[in-house]
Amino acid sequence: MRPFTILDGLVAPLDRANVDTDAIIPKQFLKSIKRSGFGPNLFDEWRYLDVGQPRYQGAQILLTRSNFGCGSSREHAPWALDDFGFRAIVGESFADIFFNNCFKNGLLPVVLPAAEIDALFALVEVTPGFRLRVDLPNQVVVRPDGHVIAFDIDAFRKECLIHGLDDIGLSLRHADKIRAFEERRRAEQPWLFA
Amino acid sequence: MPHTLYDKLWASHVVHEEPDGTALVYIDRHLVHEVTSPQAFEGLRMAARRPWRERSIVATADHNTPTTHWDRGIEDPISRQQVETLDANIREFGALAYFPFRDGRQGIVHVIGPEQGATLPGMTVVCGDSHTSTHGAFACLAQGIGTSEVEHVLATQCLLQKKSRNMLVEVAGALQEGVSAKDIALAVIGRIGTAGGTGYAIEYGGEAIRALSMEGRMTLCNMAIEAGARCGLVGADEVTVDYVRGRPFAPRGEMWEQAVSYWKTLNSDEGAAFDQVVRLDACAIEPQVTWGTSPEMVTSIGGVVPDPAREPDPVRREGMARALRYMGLAPGTPMCEIPIDKVFIGSCTNSRIEDLRAAAMVVEGRRVADNVRQALVVPGSGLVKRQAEEEGLDQVFRAAGFEWREPGCSMCLAMNADRLEPGERCASTSNRNFEGRQGAGGRTHLVSPQMAAAAAIVGRFADVRALL
Repeated sequence: MRPFTILDGLVAPLDRANVDTDAIIPKQFLKSIKRSGFGPNLFDEWRYLDVGQPRYQGAQILLTRSNFGCGSSREHAPWALDDFGFRAIVGESFADIFFNNCFKNGLLPVVLPAAEIDALFALVEVTPGFRLRVDLPNQVVVRPDGHVIAFDIDAFRKECLIHGLDDIGLSLRHADKIRAFEERRRAEQPWLFA
Repeated sequence: MPHTLYDKLWASHVVHEEPDGTALVYIDRHLVHEVTSPQAFEGLRMAARRPWRERSIVATADHNTPTTHWDRGIEDPISRQQVETLDANIREFGALAYFPFRDGRQGIVHVIGPEQGATLPGMTVVCGDSHTSTHGAFACLAQGIGTSEVEHVLATQCLLQKKSRNMLVEVAGALQEGVSAKDIALAVIGRIGTAGGTGYAIEYGGEAIRALSMEGRMTLCNMAIEAGARCGLVGADEVTVDYVRGRPFAPRGEMWEQAVSYWKTLNSDEGAAFDQVVRLDACAIEPQVTWGTSPEMVTSIGGVVPDPAREPDPVRREGMARALRYMGLAPGTPMCEIPIDKVFIGSCTNSRIEDLRAAAMVVEGRRVADNVRQALVVPGSGLVKRQAEEEGLDQVFRAAGFEWREPGCSMCLAMNADRLEPGERCASTSNRNFEGRQGAGGRTHLVSPQMAAAAAIVGRFADVRALL
C-alpha cells in the first residue's frame, strides 16, 4: 500500500452533508472487475458543480461536511477518489464502512471539529489556490496562515498508513493464534464447521 | 457484570488485540456476491494465497442478474462478465455453497443466507455489502465490509476492527394494523438520523420487537446501516429457533440440541449497560413515507412535505432544499396527494414471503391505478418465488396488473435493466432513496410493502389502514 506521511495539497470543497457512496460513484460504474479506472466517473454529474471546477484542478484534499461516505459499502468510492487524485478527505464526520475502506487504500480521512470545518469552507471560498498541510506523524492539519488543528487517529491505523503496511501480511503474523482459536471453536461449536 | 448481546458476540470472537484496541475478529460465515468480490479474489490470486477456510463461504449472483427472460442469459456484456467472474472464482477457490444465476435457490444474498440456514445465531457474518446488518436479526454479529476486507477475510478468516459502542432501541407496546417493521426502521432513522448510529451496534428490543417475525426482524436490522450502524441485533428467542429449525445448513440431531442451548444465551443480560438508549412507543408509529433523498427525510402518511425555510441549521436547510428540487416537491404538499409512476416491491429489505403476503392482502381483488406505468414484484429468492406461487400470490399480483419477476436485487439499485427513468416517481420497498439510486434522475420514496401496494392501487401515496 502507498504510505501516507505529510501531504501539502490543493483543497477542493464539497459543501454538503451526508454525501453517500452512490453519489461518489453511481452503480452504473460498478461493473468493472478491476480496482482502477473509476476516477473519471467520480461524483458523476455533480462534479461540474463543485470539485470539478478549473480552480480545483489537481486537488489532493477534499473538504466536506458530516457523515461523508454513508450508504453502500462499495470500496469503489475510495478507489474513485484515489483514482481522481485525492489523498486526504477532511470532514466533520464519516460513515463507518467508508472510513475504514479509506485506510485500506492509503487515503486519509481526517475528522475535524465543525467550527474548524466552517472556517475552512470560508477560506477556500475566498482564497484561490487554497492549500492545506496534512501531517499524519504529528496528527495536525496546518492552514497557510499558520493555524494548527490537531486530529485523532487510532495508533494502529496511523502506523499502517505511515509505513504503507499490508493488513493481510500483518494479520497472518498471528496465523498460529487464528488456528488455535479455530480449533477451540470447532470443539465447542462443531455445528459451525459441519 | 451483565453484558450486552453485542459484548458477548464480540468477546467470543476476538482472536488477538492490539494495544489500541484494534482486534482480529474471527469470521464464521462469509457471504459473497459478484459486485464486491472480483478485486478481492484477484488480490488473493496475485499474492498466491488460498482462502483460509473456503467452507465458510456461501456465494450467489444477485446484483446484476436480470429479472425477466432468464432463457436469454445476461444480455448486458459487462454484467455478464461480472457474474461469470464469480462463477470462475468459486470454481477456482471453492465454497460451502454456491447458488449461481438461474439456480432454483439463487436470490438476494441477504435473503438466501437465512433461508438456507447458512446464517445461524451466534455467528460472525460478513459480506461485501452494507446490508449484511440484516443477519443481526439472528443474534449474529453481522457486518458489511469493503472489498479489501473481503480479501482480508478470505486470506485470514478474520476482520481487523475496533469494538463499537452499544445502543439500545427499545420499542414498547404493539404496532397498529397496517404498520410494520419497515415503519419502525424508518421511524427510528427519522428520530436519530442517518449518522445517529455511527460507531454503534444497535440492538432492537422491547415488546414490539419480540412480537415481530424473523422476516420483520430482518427488515429492521437490514436498515440499521441506514441509521449509520454497521450492525443491528435482535436477541435470540423461540421465534429465532423455530425459523432456523430444519433449514438445509442448520445443525441436526444431537448437535441441534447443543446449538439451541447455546443460542438461548444470546441475549443482553438484565441490567447490561448501553451507551445510548432510544425509546419509541409502537402504537404511536404511523405508516412512514420518505420525502427526500436520505432515509432520515421521512414523515408519516398523514404528514406534509416539510419547509426548508423553517430549518434553522444552514447545512441542513440547503440539504433539504436540494432534496426537494431533486424530488420535484413543494413544501406543504400532503404526502397523500403525491402521485406515483412506478411501484417496486422487492430488495433485501422487503422481498421475503411475509412481505409478499402482506402486500398481496392489500392488492387482492383490486387493480393498479391507471397512472401507474409499472408495478413490479421481485421475490427475494427462487424459493420465496416458488412458495409465493404455491400460495397463489403471483396470481393475485398479476390479476391486479403487477409484473411478477425472477429474483434478484433488481430496482433497489438498478444495476440490471430494471430502473426508473429521469423524473419518474416510485413507491419502493427498498432501503435507499439517494439521488439516482434507482436510475439517474429517478425519485424514490421508501415505504413498507403494504404501503407500496396501497400506492399502486390508489395511484398516489395512501394510508394503507383505510384499505385493510
